[in-house]
Amino acid sequence: MKITSPKVSRRSLLRGSAAAAAASLAHARQVSAQNAPEESAFEAWIDLRLTVNGQAHALTVEPRVTLLDALRERMQLTGTKKGCNRGECGACTVLMDGRRVNSCLVLAASAEGRKITTIEGLADGDTPHPVQRAFAEADAFQCGFCTSGQIMSAMACIEEGHTGSPEEIREWMSGNLCRCSAYPQITAAVAAAAEELG
Amino acid sequence: MRDFSYARAGSRAEALDLGQADDAAFLAGGTELINWMRIGINAPARVIDLARVEGLDAVEEIEGGVRIGALARLNDVAQNPLIAEGYPVLSHAILRAASAQIRNLATIGGNPVQRVRCPYFRANEGAPCNKREPGSGCAALNGIHDRHAIFGWTEDCVAVHPADPPVALAALDAVIVTDHPEGGRLIPVREFHVLPSQNPAWHDVLRAGELIVGIELPAPAPRSAYLKIRERESYEYATVSAAAALEMDGGVIRRARVALGSVAMRPWRLVAAEARLAGLAPDAPEVADAIDASFAEARPLSGTEWKVRLARNAARRVIELAAEA
Amino acid sequence: MAIGDIITRVDAPTKTTGQAIYANDVNLRGQLYAAFVGATVPSGRIVSIDPAAALAIPGVVRVLTEADMPRPAPSFADLYVPPLATRHIPLQGLEIAHEGEPVAMVLAETLEAAEAGARAVDVVYDAAAFTDPALAEPVDPDPGRGDYSFLDIAEFEKGDAAAAIAAAPVRIARTYTQPSRHSNPMEPCAVIAEWSGGRVTIHDTIQHVAALQGVITGVFGLEMDQVHVRSIHCGGGFGPKGFIWPHQILVPMAARVVGRPVKLALTRAEMYALVGMQPHMVQEVELGADENGRLLGISHIASNETGVTEDYIEFSTVPSRTYYACDAIYNRQYIRRGNVTLPTYQRSPAEGPGSWALGSAMDELARELDMDPLDLRLANYADVEPSSGEPWSSKMLREAYEMGAERFGWRNRPAGGTRDGHWRLGYGMADSSQGTQRYGSSARVRLRADGTAVVESSFSDIGTGSATVMRQIAADILGLDESAVSSREGDSVLPEAGPTWASATVISTGTAVHRAATEVRGRLARLAGWPADAVGVENGALTHEGEARPIRDILAEAGVSEVSGDGTFTPNGGEFSDAGPEGFPSRVFGVIFVEVAVDPELGLLRLRRATGVYSAGRIINPRTARSQMTGGIIWGWGMAAMEQSRLDPVLGRWLSKDLAGVAIPTNADIPELDVAFVDEFDERSGPLGAKGIGELGATGVAAAVANAVYDAIGLRVRELPITPEKILAG
Repeated sequence: MKITSPKVSRRSLLRGSAAAAAASLAHARQVSAQNAPEESAFEAWIDLRLTVNGQAHALTVEPRVTLLDALRERMQLTGTKKGCNRGECGACTVLMDGRRVNSCLVLAASAEGRKITTIEGLADGDTPHPVQRAFAEADAFQCGFCTSGQIMSAMACIEEGHTGSPEEIREWMSGNLCRCSAYPQITAAVAAAAEELG
Repeated sequence: MRDFSYARAGSRAEALDLGQADDAAFLAGGTELINWMRIGINAPARVIDLARVEGLDAVEEIEGGVRIGALARLNDVAQNPLIAEGYPVLSHAILRAASAQIRNLATIGGNPVQRVRCPYFRANEGAPCNKREPGSGCAALNGIHDRHAIFGWTEDCVAVHPADPPVALAALDAVIVTDHPEGGRLIPVREFHVLPSQNPAWHDVLRAGELIVGIELPAPAPRSAYLKIRERESYEYATVSAAAALEMDGGVIRRARVALGSVAMRPWRLVAAEARLAGLAPDAPEVADAIDASFAEARPLSGTEWKVRLARNAARRVIELAAEA
Repeated sequence: MAIGDIITRVDAPTKTTGQAIYANDVNLRGQLYAAFVGATVPSGRIVSIDPAAALAIPGVVRVLTEADMPRPAPSFADLYVPPLATRHIPLQGLEIAHEGEPVAMVLAETLEAAEAGARAVDVVYDAAAFTDPALAEPVDPDPGRGDYSFLDIAEFEKGDAAAAIAAAPVRIARTYTQPSRHSNPMEPCAVIAEWSGGRVTIHDTIQHVAALQGVITGVFGLEMDQVHVRSIHCGGGFGPKGFIWPHQILVPMAARVVGRPVKLALTRAEMYALVGMQPHMVQEVELGADENGRLLGISHIASNETGVTEDYIEFSTVPSRTYYACDAIYNRQYIRRGNVTLPTYQRSPAEGPGSWALGSAMDELARELDMDPLDLRLANYADVEPSSGEPWSSKMLREAYEMGAERFGWRNRPAGGTRDGHWRLGYGMADSSQGTQRYGSSARVRLRADGTAVVESSFSDIGTGSATVMRQIAADILGLDESAVSSREGDSVLPEAGPTWASATVISTGTAVHRAATEVRGRLARLAGWPADAVGVENGALTHEGEARPIRDILAEAGVSEVSGDGTFTPNGGEFSDAGPEGFPSRVFGVIFVEVAVDPELGLLRLRRATGVYSAGRIINPRTARSQMTGGIIWGWGMAAMEQSRLDPVLGRWLSKDLAGVAIPTNADIPELDVAFVDEFDERSGPLGAKGIGELGATGVAAAVANAVYDAIGLRVRELPITPEKILAG
């Protein structure tokens, strides 16, 4: 299924303007300054249950641990790569509730309750996902280090429907740098997979 | 990254409540805060995760305009029909920002809080920077500053605000809506960022514990456009950007609002030019003269004289683009 | 599968599923995570290091400083620089050679604790004045400062170039500059080391397994069999994973000190400070020609930045003595020392920078002569190698020019400056070329009773497709299907292969694999009772005079479980490397045509299309070869249009040590690219008829782009990259 109407807009269309007015500043709830938050609300260690590729993982982490480092260093899911750790390269792209995100910019704690999909979760047993197959057939990689992120990004790009033309694919795949510069083949692979997935 | 303790806010009220704790920071999309903590720009003792706050991500019509919940993700805002059709300048600005992945995380409320991209400010190990360490000086002033300010800088800070959406929002006269235990505010986007002459250490006017809850747009501006200039075609901050919203009478501009990005510490409205643009055709030769009126106050650094020329050309071009929208 | 067939990469199944294991994916029981504390001054001395705050962080185990680290064994002094990138190893003393150099190393139970610990170490420096190499005086390289000066020649003279140029009716003299430029492979360098009973195992990501093995033996005074190096996958090389950098020595040192495995991945910022870059260069080119464009004299004088510890030389003058027929040539290489990381070879070494300067100067000369730049090339076509006068091993550049011009439509291109809305279109071309390098290599091919074969060699597949091509070569010789041939590579227990750099892998290791497979085929023939030189192969069977016997049957009947063959490639004179067959200078050639669009009001430069056609010997796998060429063209586009690392003139640090402040091309920057090869077999290069292509595509591109910008808007940019401020200045 292609996402033709973003989630937020659908929800907003269901809501009336009365709800909007209630949320506007004039009606902002005043909170008493005396209500200091309880220190216990803040945790120094967090017990997490992360759902990755359909499997539940329990782990206890410091809040500063990112989703990327949790996947790589604690769950041995090393297919997701760290290229910059700043959101500047896209190598760590995963799907969170079906949407592509840079896992280096997500705290593991924030990912609790979300459905995480990584490169390891795409194939059906030994049968690669059509997007994985398209990357192989189009020769859409060289060193392979950015490839997991490219494929996860391609999954979302196709799902979002941003595959109408080579130009559109190029723009919507530009959050994934490839220093080997397999860009023309990546564009071709995304187009081919989009065609196959209809 | 220094360790911190973490709490999830389940509601706006709870977020505000938690926000009163000492040395606490709100976490929305995380695309900035997590990097600040890595680099040492900011090392809060407590982080309040807003991801589970309900009801702050809607895009909805209000009387006379549209209201966007602060936690709406950038991609959702840009592709929402109310925005894409009513405010193309905002939609374009968002879709030219960062990458598809980052726009799935980053929120419209968090975006204006983005901090400068001055390489000295972003140095891992810290360089003289009055925004990093007040009083330490401005390394850019004596160093490399050819991507820096042409308007409104002082010797204490020559950085520019890098974000795209606020440039569009400034052209639209949008208002940032905040909440705070002691009372929220309506802050025009044009006044949200702090010029170095006001305070070189600050980025914006938010107080501790003050939470952006939404952004309100006045009447739709279908004849609007955004132009972003950068060395590469995508996934890069602007060298200069320009936003324009026009109201037309036949082939003639009735009202123009034009803002430039990446030229100052805040989106820079070309107020003097706007007054002179009224009554002109968008492609009239006089448009250039009208724009020049706003460049009388331009004061380039030794490295940014070229940006004056570029910004002037960008303003002229974006008016053409808006007229064609 | 045969040589010349289009084969899908053999690593596709693992690389598209996240199963390919890179160095930083290796986790060992009991490992500690390492993080460096980098010097915040570009020059000076460490006064004190206080680790207390770091040690107070839960999880931090040790903070190692120079006082804690072992000193190298005496055999360290015998190592050459390169393959050791630099003899200046941090944490061995108190002197700081450049900003970002490690001054301490924090070891912790978690990555987060190591990184937090590194920020908490308090270091006091006595800062000294630093030298910006861009402003330093050019001087002659000192052969005593490292061994880089032995890799090519610093001064070349043929005829009297100065007199010839002075007397020439048409002359140009121009200076071309380019910035420091970091390779930024997507995979940051990473290494994990573990000691066990006096032996060390190192998982690394490198372009040359044997180099690390050799350096580590020298550092620790070990024998080769005490050092096990694995680099199964390498997430991009491009230079900084070629030679052996200090972090690759410090990690095994630390592991030895603490008696636990130590794992380190460089941060993206450390990729700027701890491994080398392409140096900032200034190149002065003078050309003298007659009215018909025939070159009468060429002078090319280059200087590159280098560090304060060794003299690295970027031999960019090579093109001036190898591209065009000319009787009077002068080349000279200088260096400028300063407080920066030592530069290193980057795609494309020597000729990437050299072809930018010479390719631009030739275009300027063509304009001066009012001559088509392609005709100027044809007027100076080098039928023999210009510096020596010897015949080429093979060269079909004329054919490449013709095919390229045809495919691109060069002869009937629109006029420069043609408008497309606000855009102005421009067309440019330049020569691509790269000299051949070959390295001693060995390989083993084992044919098993089940009819499958395995290729074994320690070569590193850095994404160039080496593993695919090696299997393809063996399959071709043995007549096997691609699915029947596997390979083991990137491990020092395997037969030693040369490096994956300088386009040398196919011509060197490929030849070794070819010989090993041929040896196996000969043994198989003997088992079958046929003469080894008269058999053929077909679909898993050995053939002789119309008779075919399945390989499996031959092995079964002979009662052997495996037939193994070794093959080696040895450079001329038994040396470690050479530059091609003796007496026949060898290089690869090509031409690049580009169409650019320039928006002069907004300072924008975009690539519209490009055609590259190459004369590069036989192509083993057209698919991986095409990818090498398009990747090279895009690498060149980055060089032309955006890439640069700038050194702050006051602080002596790289301005932006990240991927947000330094632009490299994105997908949206790149249109469809047109690539073709001339059908060619270089019989002198070896049994494969192949040469190297990895560096070729990136040469000439920057010049072609600058030439196209001139064509579009009449602005000659002689300082890379061609960024908006330069276009707006025009």
